[in-house]
Amino acid sequence: MSGETDVKLTADVLVIGGGPAGAWAAWSAASKGAKVVLVDKGYLGSSGATAPGGTNLLYLPPDKEMREKAVQQRMQSGGFLSEERWIHRVLDQVYENLELVEQWGYPFVKDENGVTQRNHLQGPEYMALMRKVVKKAGVKVLDQAPALELLIDDHGVGGARGVLRQEGRDWEVKANAVVIATGGCAFLSKGLGCNVLTGDGYLMGAEAGAELSGMEFTRRYAPAPAFSSNTRSRLLGWATYYDKDGNELHGSRSGDFLAERLLEGPVYAIMNKADTPEKQAILRSSHAIFFLPYDRAGIDVFTQPFPLTLRYEGTVRGTGGLRIVGDYCETTVPGLYAAGDAATRERVTGAASGGGAFNASWAICSGTWAGQGAAVHALGQGAGAPERKLRSAGRYGLADGRTNLTTSRADTQELIQAVQDQVLPLSINYFRSEAGLTAALNKLNSYWPGVSEQAPESAYDRIRAREAAAMAATSRWMYTAALARKEKRGEGLHVLAGYTELDPNQHHRILVSGFESIQVRPDRTFLAGVAAGSHQGTEQGA
Amino acid sequence: MIELVSAERCIGCNLCVKVCPTNVFDRTEHEPVIARQSDCQTCFICEAYCPVDALYVSPYTDEQVDVDERRLAEEGVLGSWRATLGWGPGRTKLAAIDQTPFINRILPERPIRAAGISDVRSPATS
Repeated sequence: MSGETDVKLTADVLVIGGGPAGAWAAWSAASKGAKVVLVDKGYLGSSGATAPGGTNLLYLPPDKEMREKAVQQRMQSGGFLSEERWIHRVLDQVYENLELVEQWGYPFVKDENGVTQRNHLQGPEYMALMRKVVKKAGVKVLDQAPALELLIDDHGVGGARGVLRQEGRDWEVKANAVVIATGGCAFLSKGLGCNVLTGDGYLMGAEAGAELSGMEFTRRYAPAPAFSSNTRSRLLGWATYYDKDGNELHGSRSGDFLAERLLEGPVYAIMNKADTPEKQAILRSSHAIFFLPYDRAGIDVFTQPFPLTLRYEGTVRGTGGLRIVGDYCETTVPGLYAAGDAATRERVTGAASGGGAFNASWAICSGTWAGQGAAVHALGQGAGAPERKLRSAGRYGLADGRTNLTTSRADTQELIQAVQDQVLPLSINYFRSEAGLTAALNKLNSYWPGVSEQAPESAYDRIRAREAAAMAATSRWMYTAALARKEKRGEGLHVLAGYTELDPNQHHRILVSGFESIQVRPDRTFLAGVAAGSHQGTEQGA
Repeated sequence: MIELVSAERCIGCNLCVKVCPTNVFDRTEHEPVIARQSDCQTCFICEAYCPVDALYVSPYTDEQVDVDERRLAEEGVLGSWRATLGWGPGRTKLAAIDQTPFINRILPERPIRAAGISDVRSPATS
């Protein structure tokens, strides 16, 4: 694969991913004096779930009482799998960083008393600004440069390799610390901005030996137009729902209402609770992206019915990801850090969805911390990465002579479709049951050998083959973890039919790792710091 | 998904090729071509970045549709997303007039819950 025309770089810190978490990580590492390279599958500034739409932020003034209340609410909704200290850390850090965003030139609005409102960011503006900030900090940015695999030695991670997909060349970056900020995995379900999120970082991290945590908390679908991509649904709060005959349906965008109704037939909405031109104008100047597909389809959403669907959001609005074990978002692999949706968000969200304000704030904070940690780690290493004897960590879905193609060649597109058929249906993944998940997992396990029977040749095929492997692996981790949590915890980000109660013996996180056979084990380390209190005494489980 | 690169409007800056998150376009000697249309995720990013309003992303994610460039231009659809974002010279950015922080002030009234659960009206309705 390597030729004379390949791009080879060395740096202190390599950041993989150019959404908010990657951008903050790169800025943060560069601010600590590290030489930083950032690579993105697409383009730093437009890639990922944040850029096309908008996002809410946690922005609580440093009022002790207000913050403590917010922390306690989150502990409760997350089924006490989160950690008070980490929620406080996020509230503190995001408050500071949003002030930076304003100093860098983001035009936050003010209310009538002149108070700046820093609790919402328009995605295109925010990420265009972050690109400028990252480049100004001296970070070398490679766009359209998907990473394919990590480089490792006995001391841990030392860089990565990938493709410059518009130039047909490979890249290799040696760096003593790597931050994985590749986002979550939404299985190409065409949610807004989410088709770049195929679990690539989970695959690369796990191949290097990292564990994943919280993968059962992935039961999350977003309302969207039946014909389009827009999964930003907050404005449906002004909608009334109808069946195909125009009968009103009573329910809201949260809970089981839409999933149940969509299994019975089409569901329509009209935004008729925004019943004055003034209200309609306010909504149009908030989530403008919400209106775009309907306007273009010739539908007046305030007076005409529009058809809805649910698009699967996997770990993007789910909560699971690479396990992080330290304050700087270290994984268990030396030199490897995870940020944003690539990392588990359980430390702040527990069993609840991070969707919206929590995830956006987590991306900012985890990116900042991972960048700091990576910089300190890299700058503290005696030997530079170029002197290390690094080898490829990639094992699945790569065409480099390491796979023995004695049998059939698997078709990548068919493999992806087969995985989607087990992951996207509401009947399997929303209405979860032991029988349903077991049958799906058995199928997914049977597809697994196929990931290494792909025979990609072009740059396009090589990237797709790794995405297919990443989605196949992610689906198996998800369902393996889901079958291991036989209880109802939190607000329904995982359920299993027949298990309707919280089980004190399952007050742990669930870790999964490995590929051929997936290891599962409980993690109670986060409980060690909890003072003996109301829920501590229930910890008797093995 | 992306349906149009206007040969008439395009200045060949290739910005759409650069910024597309899913690498849908290929550059050519003339205007970029839509090379991998089925990879388009309908995120409208390319339209936002196009400095001459030469692109059209249809709202239909899963099906190809025929588009009439002249009609899209006449109806002001070409460039409309960029205009909404307030990108381009002389425009006010959407971010600067963002009403999201205030939308809870116009929340629809909710029915009052049964006594015993909460007899307090939603603050947004007061």
